[in-house]
Amino acid sequence: MLEVKNLSKTYDGGVQALRNVSFNVKQGEFLAVIGLSGSGKSTLLRCINRLIEPTGGQIVWDGQDVTAASQDEMRHIRRKIGMVFQHFNLVSRSKVITNVLAGRLGYVNPMLSALNRFPKSDVAMALDQLDRVGIKNQAYKRADELSGGQQQRVGIARAMMQQPAMILADEPVASLDPVLAHSIMQYLEKINKEDGVTVLCSLHFLDLVHRYADRAIALNAGELKFDGSPADINDEKFREIYGKDAERVG
Amino acid sequence: MKKSSSFIKSLAVGLATFLVLVVFAYGFTVTNINFAETRSERRMASLTRILRALAHPKIFDYNFETVNVEVPFYLGCPEGGVEPPKVDRSGAFILVSAGCAEPKETIVIEGYNFQENSAGPINFIGFSADAPDGVPIQMGSFQADAQGNFRVEATIPNRQIKEDPQAIRAIGRVRVGAPMISQEAKVTWDKIVETVFMALLATTFGTLLAVPISFFAARNLMVEVKSPLSSIALSLIGWALGMGLGVEISRLLTHFQTAFFSSFLATLAGAIILPILGSLLARLTLFNQNKEMDLRFKSRLVNVLYSLFAAALILASILFLGKLLLQIGAYLTPNKDVPLYFLRKFVSQVGEIFTILAPVVAVLVVGGIVGGFFGQIGQTVSDKTSPASSKVFNLIVAPLAGAIAAVLILRGLDWFYQFNNPAVTLYWPAGIGAAIGLALALVVSSKQPLPVGFIIYGIFRTILNGTRSIEALVMAIVFVAWVGLGPFAGALALALHTVASNAKLYSEQVESILSGPLEAIQATGANRLQTIVFAVVPQIIPPYISYTMYRWDINVRMSTIIGFVGGGGIGFILQQNINLLNYRAASVNMLAIAIVVASMDYISSVLREKYV
Ligand SMILES: Nc1ncnc2c1ncn2[C@@H]1O[C@H](COP(=O)(O)OP(=O)(O)OP(=O)(O)O)[C@@H](O)[C@H]1O
Ligand SMILES: [Mg+2]
Repeated sequence: MLEVKNLSKTYDGGVQALRNVSFNVKQGEFLAVIGLSGSGKSTLLRCINRLIEPTGGQIVWDGQDVTAASQDEMRHIRRKIGMVFQHFNLVSRSKVITNVLAGRLGYVNPMLSALNRFPKSDVAMALDQLDRVGIKNQAYKRADELSGGQQQRVGIARAMMQQPAMILADEPVASLDPVLAHSIMQYLEKINKEDGVTVLCSLHFLDLVHRYADRAIALNAGELKFDGSPADINDEKFREIYGKDAERVG
Repeated sequence: MKKSSSFIKSLAVGLATFLVLVVFAYGFTVTNINFAETRSERRMASLTRILRALAHPKIFDYNFETVNVEVPFYLGCPEGGVEPPKVDRSGAFILVSAGCAEPKETIVIEGYNFQENSAGPINFIGFSADAPDGVPIQMGSFQADAQGNFRVEATIPNRQIKEDPQAIRAIGRVRVGAPMISQEAKVTWDKIVETVFMALLATTFGTLLAVPISFFAARNLMVEVKSPLSSIALSLIGWALGMGLGVEISRLLTHFQTAFFSSFLATLAGAIILPILGSLLARLTLFNQNKEMDLRFKSRLVNVLYSLFAAALILASILFLGKLLLQIGAYLTPNKDVPLYFLRKFVSQVGEIFTILAPVVAVLVVGGIVGGFFGQIGQTVSDKTSPASSKVFNLIVAPLAGAIAAVLILRGLDWFYQFNNPAVTLYWPAGIGAAIGLALALVVSSKQPLPVGFIIYGIFRTILNGTRSIEALVMAIVFVAWVGLGPFAGALALALHTVASNAKLYSEQVESILSGPLEAIQATGANRLQTIVFAVVPQIIPPYISYTMYRWDINVRMSTIIGFVGGGGIGFILQQNINLLNYRAASVNMLAIAIVVASMDYISSVLREKYV
């Protein structure tokens, strides 16, 4: 349902962050994206919803050519793709509920939402989503009063407000401790299994990949080095992905 | 090697020192620095006089009881001397050491029976045919002791010798009753209030304008705005058409209102019904909660038509409301002596603002709606047609847009330079604009997104930097010429300066926001307006408040001196008092300025601390 064909991205400074990356993602899959720091994981995920403009290749999602979409069509597409970030990217001075409601911006009337007016049903839905991630009681606090783990749950709730068909998660647990990391990953797993939402998630720790992902792709210096089941990452593959001197831990 | 380099080094240092000396020497000459002058006795005396006056601000005033005592006196002793004058010793009297004296001679004057502690001048009174009542020349002053006596030496003024008797007069004054607030203090109070409000209004209106402008001058928001040539060109054409349409609509509405609805009841009805109609329409269409994002052309066209209609209704509402307020205001203020005159007058002033605002809003809103819609059409053309056909499209619309833009710009310049020549204002710009458009259409590839945002950013920045570099004092001179002497001119100048300075400061704040939340909001499918409202605004509120406070502080300072160029406020009378050598009154003005500025400083720092 998501086809990435020969995707390339060269930044203005001349850095080639992606080189001819091609892969497919099936509906309902949990796909992990792994690779060293700087290998192009964030760039890849952001190219998919065109927060970053790819410089070559094609992305087709649900039969629609994302790379050729106009700005307005792109907004239409983005509504269905939720995104979760390493640093949560909440608007820290806004209330939790406002942050969550922001997930509806692609759906609601732009004029009314600019006046911070949302339909009652959306507010109810926001509270539901917060309930689902266990922080309904924090709804009217300021976002920066929450702990890191709680903020990431707000991030997930915001993405879920989009009623997404796919979630792009860019290292969602990299700034959390291992216990919190598992709890956040479990939310993503739940969304994936219960709601059938496709998840593309970049991860640093292989144990998380083994534990949660159906499939993994690996990048090294912008090139696709691996595409298959996490179980198939043997020592040889590992060195190909992470470099000759890398050692497995955990 | 090392030696020679150190030699060169010390040579360079020597040369630099010499240069610095030359520069400062020149500076001293051109600034007329003259230390001898600062020490001269005459200068010292006047400095002392001014400083003493300044140290005695005339805040309080007293009623005085005055006693005049006069003795005849001969300037130039006549032959045989003069009889000592008869002195009435029943009341206060003075004795002069001689009944006559030569000019510049020093005499002794003794006074008795004055009221205790009374004080005043001792004058020489010169009588002549021209001045039968006498012309006083102050010779000195006295201060009576607790017994009401005094003894002073004074010098006879250097006047022409006269045969007829002149006189010496002592004027004793004594305070009676409790101190009263002086006239000067009252005026100062009036003016300082005026000053503070001038700063308040300038800050408020300047900020209102600076906030939206700051978004256009923020690099991080603007560089993302890119459009293909077809969209830019069509949007330009759309803006021109829309602005023209806006002018027509507001003219029509005004005409309509004055022709058919000028009576009070009709205006009232319009001012009530039109906003209701407008908001109903808006609620049904633009602000409809159930409406989803719809990208089809037909629904967009319908949307634009609705928007135009709603805009016309809102415009009519503003206009009717303005006229209504004007009528009410006129009714409320039959003359200037009604109680609470200023509140009543405010009604018609608001009405006036509305009526002035209506056409401006019309031009901007209608221009924006049509321009935006045309831009979307252009975008669609570029998105949905083949490169070749969008190239053809560009070749048609870009020259047209170029010609229109150039003619409009020259129209604006014509107002300044009065070319009065169609070749300059019409044919040439149309030709050149079209040529530039054509060249652009030929050169850029048809679907290449061009950095319009960056260009708009550049234009805004340039204008802001230019405006900011003109001091408010200088602007005030222009505004005084326009709207006359007084606080209105000062407020306008300060407001304009506030727009320029704060838009710059604000936009720097926008540039320093975190990009993460911005990215997250964009990823939800939010449009530009929503992104600004949800990701940018929450981040900039604290610095905006802080900078507004800061500007209000600066504006209070500025408004205290903007009167020097006729801009009203306390500076106006301060300058007058200084020119009239009325230093004690000037001292009251300065005291008021110091108090207001210091307390503003304090308040604004406290408030700023709260918000940052
Ligand atoms: N805005 C940018 N401009 C120029 N180069 C960039 C930009 N963003 C990333 N890069 C470069 O592109 C390459 C890929 O970066 P990217 O952020 O996609 O890596 P990553 O795999 O997400 O790394 P990490 O695990 O550290 O997040 C890096 O070499 C980086 O320096
Ligand atoms: Mg990254």
